[in-house]
Amino acid sequence: MGADTSLRNRFERGLAAPICLTWELTYACNLACTHCLSSSGRRDPNELTTAQAKALIDEIAAMQIFYVNIGGGEPMMRRDFFELVEHAVAQHVGVKFSTNGTRIDAAAAQRLAGIDYLDIQVSIDGADAETSDRIRGVGSYKAARRAMDHLADARFGPFKISVVMTRDNIAQLDAFERLAAHYGAQLRLTRLRPSGRGVDVWESLRPTSAQNRELYHWLLERPHVLTGDSFFHLSALGDPLDGLNLCGAGRVVCLIDPVGEVYACPFVIHDEFRAGNVRDQGFGAVWRESELFKSLREPGSAGACSSCGSYDACRGGCMAAKFFTGLELTDPDPECVFGHGETALAKKRVVLRRVPSPDHSRRVAVAISSR
Amino acid sequence: MSLSTIRVFDASAPWRVSPQVSLRDESFGALAYNHDNRRLVFLKSAQLVALIRQLDGYESVNDALDALIPTGQRERYVKALASLVTSEILCGR
Repeated sequence: MGADTSLRNRFERGLAAPICLTWELTYACNLACTHCLSSSGRRDPNELTTAQAKALIDEIAAMQIFYVNIGGGEPMMRRDFFELVEHAVAQHVGVKFSTNGTRIDAAAAQRLAGIDYLDIQVSIDGADAETSDRIRGVGSYKAARRAMDHLADARFGPFKISVVMTRDNIAQLDAFERLAAHYGAQLRLTRLRPSGRGVDVWESLRPTSAQNRELYHWLLERPHVLTGDSFFHLSALGDPLDGLNLCGAGRVVCLIDPVGEVYACPFVIHDEFRAGNVRDQGFGAVWRESELFKSLREPGSAGACSSCGSYDACRGGCMAAKFFTGLELTDPDPECVFGHGETALAKKRVVLRRVPSPDHSRRVAVAISSR
Repeated sequence: MSLSTIRVFDASAPWRVSPQVSLRDESFGALAYNHDNRRLVFLKSAQLVALIRQLDGYESVNDALDALIPTGQRERYVKALASLVTSEILCGR
């Protein structure tokens, strides 16, 4: 996908259904990553039942949404995980699911390898245990590598290795590439956002501006590395990165959380970006008719960025990154490559916006069982 | 993931939308998604979408073009169809 201005303008006005639908299956998680964008840990008692989840899948199929990105929490903690995945795939709804790998033993890997239209991304946040475990918890790197070994043994095919880029791991880009090559896997790198618990670590873990430049050039040379379009704010550095290069929130992207709430994107689990609930209206009605989504599809103002010659390249950056650092949506991205975000942040003398995001964090850390 | 064999586009042969492909109409045309290779393609014209949906009913692409596309625009559509073969949205039948 190259940058195509006319198409991008159409996308900004919204589509009949999302291209990229993320569905967090559960808030339950056996890890407690410091940057968790959904503040996951404990299951919510009000999570969709199996029947409700299947009805949602049926609606997703009817809307011709080609695939759904399943996450959590740890999606494999749901007892009906395989049942739901198989239900989706049977209706030609592809599943791309994101996991910490702790539940992928040899048997699970075999079962996963037998499912068509299924992609898996295993998360690590460092190319070695020390770096990764600082964020994801002791033992998590080893568990993820064990899952990758099981998937390779089961001949799953090219799974993905998913990494959130931080100040501590940008120096390991080449090591991540070697690791992916070792497994015949695809590398997927995404941006650290100040969402969920990420707000607590964003300041200390976000890449420096020099690191962001390094990352941009590294990615530009490697269009095969997946990014979920998450670094489009860096496209202001020069040639656009591969992808649509726009904020897709409510236009081509949205999130359904474990209790059925629909949010504009996976990084804004917050009342202000809640469009409705699939239990009340069904997902299609929320997508088509919610006032929030309609307003996101209106032509936006470039705001403080209107005088910047690079606005067309970065479109003002990421809505979530602005919101959770206390900036206005018309302000520059806090990580604007020209430093305008830093200036905006300094002006506001901001207290990070610690407002009522649902929080399912565990109160005590839990040890990872070894398999 | 098995990749179907990519064939060179020949307008005198019959082609169709691959059985691995789903089409979804959009205001600008349609989205096409190949479930096998996970490739998403944007079809930026409703005429092109109508054409590929009807390919199945014709003995060859040339027959479909004769019936559905004004002569002056033919070359453009041949080019578009060839690129849809490359991206495995269309397959031979």
